Amino acid sequence: MARSAQLEPDAGTVDELAAPVAYVPPDGDAALRRRSLTDQPWAPVVLGAIGILLSLAAWDMLSRSGFVSPQDLPPSREVVVSFFEQLRTSEFWGHVGNTLRSWSIGLALSASIAIPVGLALGSSWAFWRALRPTVEFLRAVPGVALVPVAILLWGQGIQGSVALIVFGSVWVLMINAMYGARQLDEVARDTARVFGLNRVERIRWLVVPGALPYVATGLRIASAAALITAVTAELVIGSPGMGSAIAKAQTAGATVKMYGLILGTGMLGLVTHLFFQRLEGHFLRWHLSQQKAG
Amino acid sequence: MAIAAFTSRHRYALIEIGTTVLILLAVWAVMDNVDSYVTRPVGDILARFQEAWLFANVMSDVVPSLIRLATGYGAAVVVGVAGGVLLGLSPALRMMAQPTVSFLRSMPAVALIPPTIVLFGIDTTQKAFVIAFMCCWPILLNTADGVAELDGTVRSTARAYGIRGLDRLRFVVLPAAAPRIFAGMRMSLSWALLLLVVSEMIGSTNGVGHFIIQAQFSFALDNMWAGILLLGMMGYVLNASLVMIERRVLRWHVSTRTARG
Repeated sequence: MARSAQLEPDAGTVDELAAPVAYVPPDGDAALRRRSLTDQPWAPVVLGAIGILLSLAAWDMLSRSGFVSPQDLPPSREVVVSFFEQLRTSEFWGHVGNTLRSWSIGLALSASIAIPVGLALGSSWAFWRALRPTVEFLRAVPGVALVPVAILLWGQGIQGSVALIVFGSVWVLMINAMYGARQLDEVARDTARVFGLNRVERIRWLVVPGALPYVATGLRIASAAALITAVTAELVIGSPGMGSAIAKAQTAGATVKMYGLILGTGMLGLVTHLFFQRLEGHFLRWHLSQQKAG
Repeated sequence: MAIAAFTSRHRYALIEIGTTVLILLAVWAVMDNVDSYVTRPVGDILARFQEAWLFANVMSDVVPSLIRLATGYGAAVVVGVAGGVLLGLSPALRMMAQPTVSFLRSMPAVALIPPTIVLFGIDTTQKAFVIAFMCCWPILLNTADGVAELDGTVRSTARAYGIRGLDRLRFVVLPAAAPRIFAGMRMSLSWALLLLVVSEMIGSTNGVGHFIIQAQFSFALDNMWAGILLLGMMGYVLNASLVMIERRVLRWHVSTRTARG
């Protein structure tokens, strides 16, 4: 029976631009290989900086073009200045702290549910088949559809945000953990059987290490989902954090400040993304080196 | 042997159906019997579901939502693939875009809803923009990766046969990158639905997201649950359709299962 392709983990997707690989002719004729700009060690930094400056310039041109009102889209310089000014205020860090608090509680809860359940689902075909339709359906439901339920149950309390974050991030993580547990190395499994490892030992030494890279990928995606759900809850429900600060700044007509806050929200996304990406790379490298050693 | 396999397959199917029915019954029992101000009897919700979505509110709410989703997601696919091909073909461009794209791809796009309402109003353009803004990055990154890692032999062969320009794009580059493009599209689809719902909750006069938040404001709980149920079904059907399209398009591909080689 064909397994549903819908439940592929998102591990196959990349999310960083690949480092340029110079074209090497198959016959290895070194003379044909051009030394180009991108081979220079300074190229990523310099070209990247040029890219950022060009994007900011494009933003400014749009702001000045008359296509939109400069009041609605202030020039990038003003926004960047406002962002750095806000970095020095405790108000800004208060918003960041509130958002990060519900994000981290939600993500931690989500991980403590999804990882064990996912590993169990991956280890037992019967268990997996039992819960498959439910998990498949719930995974496709946009968690933010439950915002009204959260409002009714918890008002503006942090529980509402946390519950929405858990629902929004638990399924993708569960499915990645499930997939990880299923990708068991056959030699390792047979070896474990020969040495007579019991169930607990098998999980400790076989299932968990094999699934770690998948879990790490799941965590990266779950973290992004958790952050966007946290900001959504703040925007729609009005619980304190970056989202409600953006909404408040807009209502107050403080457009520059609002864009500064949006820039800050983007930075929050970038920092959390880079953190989980490093974690993922770490586990992946560790995983590969283990396999080579084995 | 064959009989054993047959019966075990049936046993698993029985487990699958049995558990799912049990879960549904449990949810039903909770909704009907737990006395809370959010739960409603399932019969009432289903009755509202039938009234609203078959087909009284289809034209007023479902169709506008689907148009917004299709416009935004479609724009994301076009921009993502076009940008991805450009970046995939030029290493210098890729290095230039790297930090900016990293920032934009990890930005929670719901934060853009308030300013885009000021810039575009609350009609389809604004919702499509927010959806496209977030959904184009996974597609762009995956396309760029697929194009950049074009197999050396394929490259040389195309060159030897003098396939260049648009032909090269159409017959060499895009097919090679197609599995990656679909991997990015699958990831983007769930973001698209999320942004649609949120943008309709925050500023809209119609749409399914607007319908459920309005229902909650007016305490019309049957409406609210009927809307949530519809959104769940929409999510499921959209995902399943994309997977079906992917399977059809990539039938020729050696491994339609793994996007990464």
